[in-house]
Amino acid sequence: MSAQQPKFETQTQVDFVVIGAGAAGGIIAKELSTAGFQVVVLEQGPYLKEKDFDHDEIKHFWQAALINDWKKQPNSFRKTPKAKATVQPAVMYGRMVGGGTAHFTANYWRFHEIDFVERSKLGTISGTGFDDWPITYAELEPYYTKAEWELGISGQPGPFDPPRSKPYPLPPLPIKSAGALLANGARKLGWHPQPAPMAILSQPYRGRSACSHCGFCEGYGCEIKAKSSTLATVIPEAEKTGRCEIRSGSYVRKIETDNAGRVTGVIYFDEKKTEIFQRAKAVVLCANGAETARLLLISKSNLFPNGLANSSGVVGKYLMFNGGGFATGVFEHELNEFKSVAVTRIIHDFYDSDPKRGFYGGGGLDARFDVYPIGYALGALPRETPRWGADYKKALKQYYTRSMFTFGHTTSLPVERNSISLDPEAKDSWGLPAMRVTYKDHPDDLKIMKFFSDRGMELLDAAGATKRWAGPVEESTFGVHLLGTCRMGNDPKRSVVNKYHRAHDLANLFICDGSSFVTSGRGQPTCTIQALAYRASDHIIRMAKNGEIKSA
Amino acid sequence: MDSEDTSRRLFLIKSLTGVSSAWLALRLPEIVAAQEHAHRAMQSAAPVKFEFLSAEQAAEVEAVAAQIIPTDDSPGAREARVIYFIDRALTTFDKDKQSQYVKGLKELQSKQKKMFKNSAKFSDLNSEQQIKVLKAFEKNEFFETVRMHTIVGFFADPSYGGNYDKVGWKLIGFKDDFYFKPPFGYYDREYKEAQ
Ligand SMILES: Cc1cc2nc3c(=O)[nH]c(=O)nc-3n(C[C@H](O)[C@H](O)[C@H](O)COP(=O)(O)OP(=O)(O)OC[C@H]3O[C@@H](n4cnc5c(N)ncnc54)[C@H](O)[C@@H]3O)c2cc1C
Ligand code: SF4
Repeated sequence: MSAQQPKFETQTQVDFVVIGAGAAGGIIAKELSTAGFQVVVLEQGPYLKEKDFDHDEIKHFWQAALINDWKKQPNSFRKTPKAKATVQPAVMYGRMVGGGTAHFTANYWRFHEIDFVERSKLGTISGTGFDDWPITYAELEPYYTKAEWELGISGQPGPFDPPRSKPYPLPPLPIKSAGALLANGARKLGWHPQPAPMAILSQPYRGRSACSHCGFCEGYGCEIKAKSSTLATVIPEAEKTGRCEIRSGSYVRKIETDNAGRVTGVIYFDEKKTEIFQRAKAVVLCANGAETARLLLISKSNLFPNGLANSSGVVGKYLMFNGGGFATGVFEHELNEFKSVAVTRIIHDFYDSDPKRGFYGGGGLDARFDVYPIGYALGALPRETPRWGADYKKALKQYYTRSMFTFGHTTSLPVERNSISLDPEAKDSWGLPAMRVTYKDHPDDLKIMKFFSDRGMELLDAAGATKRWAGPVEESTFGVHLLGTCRMGNDPKRSVVNKYHRAHDLANLFICDGSSFVTSGRGQPTCTIQALAYRASDHIIRMAKNGEIKSA
Repeated sequence: MDSEDTSRRLFLIKSLTGVSSAWLALRLPEIVAAQEHAHRAMQSAAPVKFEFLSAEQAAEVEAVAAQIIPTDDSPGAREARVIYFIDRALTTFDKDKQSQYVKGLKELQSKQKKMFKNSAKFSDLNSEQQIKVLKAFEKNEFFETVRMHTIVGFFADPSYGGNYDKVGWKLIGFKDDFYFKPPFGYYDREYKEAQ
């Protein structure tokens, strides 16, 4: 905890409680406290600092050091509402101050203009809730720019980029071999490679160090604050105001309301599992597209029997993961993809949906080899490799430095039955209902994954791979992008929050994180989540100053 | 971490990342703490006593591990001291696999005795014979666990007791340096030169 942090009494009615210190929550805490409001941020995970981070693959990939722990907070999964869900890991997110931005890969793509108005352009898609957003790209543009400049993004616009009011604050990071091979291959095919926009500093910026290319990046926390997480950027700014308390180890179990249907505060477990009630004038829920929906459903009461903010019945529904279309290639010389950041070049030639393909979908393509030694030896060798013995060892030696994946990041359609709900049996270590995930990709989602796997194979060929193979295209059973479960919209019957992220049903409850998405975009949601968070903050501040937030 | 090493690293971080001295002075303790962790990990623990396995069990498990990642012109599971990793895993984060090891070793022995009548122990067989036994045994759940443990121990941070002297990382060409400088590989160098 920093010296400047205030310590609010739980009986004090603070101006705002923010639930979740992640991509969105960190920004909202900073904006509200800077505007003069008292803010308590409740984050279930620990408050780790740079000195706590290390390069231990076992801890990070096997023991959930920075992510949700499925032993303590189990998930259950089923493909369709008729099936019985089995307990298995189904969602993954950063569980710490900083949320997913501490360990994420840091790809930082803006949405394009089309992402907000796709239904108007393409028409409805039967069996889905495919819809326009209640806001346009133009409305969000100033907030994209604000996010890029406040957090520190390195990049350079490409030919398909949407219009921008300001350049990137920092030049692109140095190209790596996978990026060079992608660029060479793409040019041969007539495609248009561009530097990847990354939430990582290519040069020192606002008192933080530039990337030292250590390579323990995706899945790890950055020890030198070069990754532009909310932990390294806005959260310290919020603390500096002297009006924001970050209360880590605080697991919110209910948003409390009074008989008039106003939020009064939240109940949470502290680290000793003691229940505490924190009063607040208003609550901003930023617990990500999975936990936000779960908490609203758990927070049901006599007045709100279907869960909070759920008169529409839409809370938890239209969950979207984004898809992936993969291929792997091996090259003659060393790429050494284990160094530096994961991604340096991308392709957006296939971003838009194209009726000629015969199905809905689009995406972006990158190249990387984002496996650490243990993960590589267990699962990323060419398929025909023996599983042990002299030839296994030979393959280990040959491929690590010479391999790359192509990774297509693709659309997921909003399908009502794909959802977060409460498991009727399984409980977490605090006795709360476990999260149940129901998910089956729309047929078009699988087709666009295959499309990108095919483009990856072409690219590897053009780049001169000596060996290449396509990744399997399979139905998703696990999500890291958790989107759409409290969608925004103008119609209270079909959406959970309005265009200012206020819950249709409660005047002093705001919801802003991945759950607000109406459509999935093409992977890399965090840039848009954070632009939304800046925009939501502006409107929440406006409403609070005008006395429009009617608190209990 | 000795001070010469620290200052050399800090100098390099500074020159590579353009960090100002003021910034470094402010963050020095944090960086040193991070670096010390990495450094401790580098000096793999000297062979310690086994805590779970008996010496005899350890010899059997090590013989299996040494077939999974054999020693040839470069070090294998044996030189990486994977057996110490396994013993430690069985007393810490993989405690629940203890009974599988005890039962599995017995099953391995009966398989080996069936195939090579006069043999007492798996580790007594010559390499060819061992491979024959393991080929007949590789569907066994215990074999899968030893395979997994061997691979993880071979490539885990050396502070876990295996990957001694980073032999696993050296085999595949992985380096855990705190900083790298472009060009990182062959193709980005070529790309830059072409421009
Ligand atoms: C390995 C990995 C790589 C990724 N790479 C990228 C990438 O390159 N680009 C990209 O755009 N996205 C990436 N993502 C996704 C990205 O991390 C998320 O989209 C983003 O962090 C979501 O932001 P959010 O604000 O919705 O929620 P989060 O950042 O998840 O924040 C939610 C916070 O709320 C806390 N919380 C939840 N429930 C409670 C509760 N009941 N009480 C108290 N606190 C609670 C959580 O612990 C968490 O800290 C990646 C994700 C993973 C797992
Ligand atoms: S690669 Fe760069 S941004 Fe990523 S963790 Fe290492 S120093 Fe930080």
